[in-house]
Amino acid sequence: MTRFRTLALLPLMAALSGCNLVVMSPSGDVASQQANLITISTLLMLLIIVPVMVLTVLFAWRYRQSNSTAKYDPDWDHSTQLELVIWAAPLLIIICLGALTWMATHLLDPYRPLDRIAAGRPVPADAKTLDVNVVALDWKWLFIYPEYGIATVNEVAAPVDRPIRFSITSSTVMNSFYIPALAGQIYAMAGMETKLHAVINEPGSFKGFSANYSGAGFSHMRFTFHGLAGDGFDKWVADIRAGGGTLDRNGYLQLERPSENEPVRRYGSVDPGLFKAIVGMCVEPGKMCMHDMAAIDAKGGLGLAGIDNVMPLMHDKRVRRGTAVLGPAPVYVAGICSTEELTGRVVESVGGPNAPIESSPISGAGLPRSSFTPISAPAPVFGPRTTANP
Amino acid sequence: MTMTTTLTAERSRAQQAPVFHVADEHAHPEGSSTMLGFWIYLMSDCLIFAVLFATYGVLGGNYAAGPAPKDLFDLPLVALNTAMLLFSSITYGFAMLAMEKGRVSQTQLWLAVTGLFGAAFLAIELYEFAHFIHLGATPQRSAFLSSFFTLVGTHGLHVTFGLVWLVTLMVQVNKRGLIPANRRRLMCLSLFWHFLDVIWIGVFTFVYLMGMLR
Amino acid sequence: MPTAMIDTSTVATHPLFGRLTLESFPYHEPIVVATFVAVVLGGIALVAALSYFRLWGYLWKEWFTTVDHKRIGIMYMVLGLIMLLRGFADAIMMRLQQAIAFGGSEGYLNAHHYDQIFTAHGVIMIFFVAMPFVTGLMNYVVPLQIGARDVSFPFLNNFSFWMTVGGAVLIMVSLFVGEFARTGWLAYPPLSNIAYSPETGVDYYIWALQIAGVGTTLSGINLICTIVKMRAPGMTMMKMPVFTWTSLCTNVLIVASFPILTATLVLLSLDRYVGTNFFTNDLGGSPMMYVNLIWIWGHPEVYILILPVFGIFSEVTSTFSGKKLFGYTSMVYATVVITILSYLVWLHHFFTMGSGASVNSFFGITTMIISIPTGAKIFNWLFTMYRGRIRYELPMMWTVAFMLTFVIGGMTGVLLAVPPADFVLHNSLFLIAHFHNVIIGGVLFGLFAGIYYWWPKAFGFRLEPFWGKVSFWCWVIGFYFAFMPLYVLGLMGVTRRLRVFEDPSLQIWFQIAAFGAVLIAAGIGAFLVQIAVSVWKRRELVDRTGDPWDGRTLEWATSSPPPDYNFAFTPMIHDNDAWWDMKKRGYKRPLGGFRAIHMPSNSGTGVILAGISVVLGFALVWYIWWLAAVSFVALLAAAIHHTFNYHRDFHIPADVVVRTENERTRLLSGQV
Repeated sequence: MTRFRTLALLPLMAALSGCNLVVMSPSGDVASQQANLITISTLLMLLIIVPVMVLTVLFAWRYRQSNSTAKYDPDWDHSTQLELVIWAAPLLIIICLGALTWMATHLLDPYRPLDRIAAGRPVPADAKTLDVNVVALDWKWLFIYPEYGIATVNEVAAPVDRPIRFSITSSTVMNSFYIPALAGQIYAMAGMETKLHAVINEPGSFKGFSANYSGAGFSHMRFTFHGLAGDGFDKWVADIRAGGGTLDRNGYLQLERPSENEPVRRYGSVDPGLFKAIVGMCVEPGKMCMHDMAAIDAKGGLGLAGIDNVMPLMHDKRVRRGTAVLGPAPVYVAGICSTEELTGRVVESVGGPNAPIESSPISGAGLPRSSFTPISAPAPVFGPRTTANP
Repeated sequence: MTMTTTLTAERSRAQQAPVFHVADEHAHPEGSSTMLGFWIYLMSDCLIFAVLFATYGVLGGNYAAGPAPKDLFDLPLVALNTAMLLFSSITYGFAMLAMEKGRVSQTQLWLAVTGLFGAAFLAIELYEFAHFIHLGATPQRSAFLSSFFTLVGTHGLHVTFGLVWLVTLMVQVNKRGLIPANRRRLMCLSLFWHFLDVIWIGVFTFVYLMGMLR
Repeated sequence: MPTAMIDTSTVATHPLFGRLTLESFPYHEPIVVATFVAVVLGGIALVAALSYFRLWGYLWKEWFTTVDHKRIGIMYMVLGLIMLLRGFADAIMMRLQQAIAFGGSEGYLNAHHYDQIFTAHGVIMIFFVAMPFVTGLMNYVVPLQIGARDVSFPFLNNFSFWMTVGGAVLIMVSLFVGEFARTGWLAYPPLSNIAYSPETGVDYYIWALQIAGVGTTLSGINLICTIVKMRAPGMTMMKMPVFTWTSLCTNVLIVASFPILTATLVLLSLDRYVGTNFFTNDLGGSPMMYVNLIWIWGHPEVYILILPVFGIFSEVTSTFSGKKLFGYTSMVYATVVITILSYLVWLHHFFTMGSGASVNSFFGITTMIISIPTGAKIFNWLFTMYRGRIRYELPMMWTVAFMLTFVIGGMTGVLLAVPPADFVLHNSLFLIAHFHNVIIGGVLFGLFAGIYYWWPKAFGFRLEPFWGKVSFWCWVIGFYFAFMPLYVLGLMGVTRRLRVFEDPSLQIWFQIAAFGAVLIAAGIGAFLVQIAVSVWKRRELVDRTGDPWDGRTLEWATSSPPPDYNFAFTPMIHDNDAWWDMKKRGYKRPLGGFRAIHMPSNSGTGVILAGISVVLGFALVWYIWWLAAVSFVALLAAAIHHTFNYHRDFHIPADVVVRTENERTRLLSGQV
């Protein structure tokens, strides 16, 4: 028995001596705290695991049949004290671990803005959080820097010791945004925005990738994260700006088509409304944005008239899209805002800035229906309804 | 009987040789587990509906800028529909009462009435669906409509299978009368039918009534 | 460089063949073609051999149509073993690919093939290896342990088995006709939805699981009824053997979770076939809903696999330590607590999906709480060994290996339940190592313990120990070589389901893991050799007593193999180690007074219904609507036709019982 225990430990010992355990020795404060948590939890559990393993080996050896000197007590099957111990010991450990979990989960919640950039170093009062918008595409990563108006593909950078806020979404399927050296991962999902707060404490280049299988090109869906010290980041931004190139909506629609092994690309300028449109899944002109749709739905939909407010999904960007065999041709909901808004910025919300804040209308039998009136929507774009499958 | 034997055996353990097998045994009566088994099946079916209700609960407000419940639902029609199903449950109850009294033709008559009410329920439901689809409110239009059609449709599908089963049982009762096996089957269908009733009350309340308030 | 992909949105469906064309057959994939040739040759050889030895009638009458829980149990085990070979072939292909795909090498598998392989590996190992093994053991052992002659619904049992086979057949068909899903074993949308997986793979996945799922659910209902209703007199709930207890809880879990899978897959298939919007990105759908639903089934599923195995370990530890099980009551309560808690933890599979900190901590802590009853179980086995006389037969060796291995997997599991730790380890090879650690180190080791333990009961001879020990050491050492490197790789930030790698420093670890997989292959080989050698030497290894291990529970009270009717007289139970109690108090086997025994009759309907279901599934996968309609009507008609058969039982005549029992008397007295 002892033989294979030693064998079990062999690879672990070898590992400790030689390779790059990035998860356990990361370069960002958030990931460091997560690594510490792994260590503490493991030690806490070893408090009970080690005695169990030792006792198993001990009993297995001592009470073997050939050892006639050991006591044999075939009818001994109960001991209240012992039962108390075997329930209480794991319970105590789980209470400790549970308390630790509760605190750590709240402290390390990826949605929570950072309050320190390293142990004992609170975030300086004048620190400005770096916003990075992340889009998982088939099968590459797009990064947009709203503050600098630049965008990159498969490359992302941040200054050392400056808090970063990633806003993450996906254009199609689920992915998971993960830079092991920086912080834990979070899913990237279409039509939704997830957040991750992190900070890098050491300069260097680190690997990032998708940690959730997303199709054929998944293995190559990698990028590099640069932690840049001093004025390195500003230089990096300036280089990209100087390099020119623009990412507008049409460019994005080209970019998001499935492709593998994409090289790094840089765009000196980017459509400022692009990320919001991507999250709203309304980069294509004429498509209603998710947040507008949600706002309309919260007010009770568009009624029977809304049924016809759809357009056939003709110009679909994804060559890999299939269609339900027994259903009608796929459609999308047409936007009902003006052309200016479509080509320019995406509206903030359906009500506009001056609309009263009313998210949950009082409704019910006998009460007037809350009506939805889109501001500056002179002529709703009602498309022809698609006919059913021929 | 076996219980007391066991207890006696326990008590007399010290004095006399314990009894280790049943010398004079009767076979387990056929179908003794059927009602329990059918109950468990119904509970598993209930979980399918639970998933569909949960899905409706989560997605039921996602109209995709399309129609909402109150744009579509016609409560009087649904009330009529509900009445059909509730009546069918009552008439099934009458069929069971007749079965208890061993009256074959009366049982058959009530079963037939139940089937007619069930068919009426289905017809009204199909009319409702056809109407929605005609309006363009198809299951594909929004997640709300997907979950609505699926929840209500799954219930309708159960009623359809209940009807097939009902007809089968009527043929079997006709062939063999109210023998124990057929009585057991009628009991199972009875459970199934009332179960569908309960589910429908959930649908009526949760989907239709609360939908109108939404 | 945009990848060339076929735009299938306009794929035509032929009125006769649906979307099945010549292109659907993967004749351009040499590996598949070679496999196909091997399977066809093997199949022809098998069919020829069966015909030559005129075994078809025997197989049909005595096995395929049987309603005997023992034979159905054995058939489940055979199914599990065959599918283990398929699932393991997938595993070793993955290990090989990952060991060589470095430094610009694409390995030997393209993405299209590799992505199917890891999906098929997961699906097959869970649904068609672990589940049949577990169900097979429960089927075989539970009625014997509770002193019953069969299960509550013997025909349903046969039907359930064949539906499970039907699902397995459909998966095997996907290897040679069309393709299997390229989505991962849980087929998360939107990837699994029609928009991004328009090919047949996900449809095969859906229909295989639906067909097998019907079988699993019905067999769950069946075993619950059996345990609740058919226990021998005197066996109160708290006198049931622990394996029966864990089986009861498992089947409760099956019945309470498989309908959720069924409903979820129905919704996914509606999305794929009709174009509804449950799990789409657009028009109000929510892929997150699917992820929640599938894990509300998926987490209990883990316990469906592990609980019966806990029961096996309890039986084995107690038998081979020659001691009563320590803490029977706490063992039972631990099982029940695990059963309930398994429904409160599903979200720990996706902490990274953006739930709030409070929700994540809640599910993290409930997950940790499960480790308390599990820990109590480990301690109970430990103290069963304490002051015992442990005989190191194969079942006990597997048990000790389990106890040492499983605690490691349990520890890493609790670690993954800490949400911030999960953020860095989620979907990594650390996670892969963890669940293989508990599924191989727990479920599989337990299944081997169970197979070695009950084999003599089922076949009347023991398994030959030498090859068993070879298999044991290959498996155990191979397991550590195969999965410890994955823990390390996980900590190096390597994620799962990758096909090619850039960082050359990882390669050595994958090579060690591949070596481990080869050792495991040797373990499987040794196991097969062991079976062959044991059958060959069955006269030397024969067990005439029916009680080769000095057992404690009722299954050892009857002969090996048991007669069709299990027990000539229904036993009466006074103690939870019923047979031990009988032996201790001088039980004398009755030698006379036998009567005719009422038994269920065989039926071929189960095979027919399952066969039609496979055709229906195939037709739906390929959009062959006429065939789907015909087979659906046929299914309904066959089912209804079956209900018109009222003669489903017969009596084993008293003289047959007398003859069987006299033969046993002769064997017991040693006059052979």
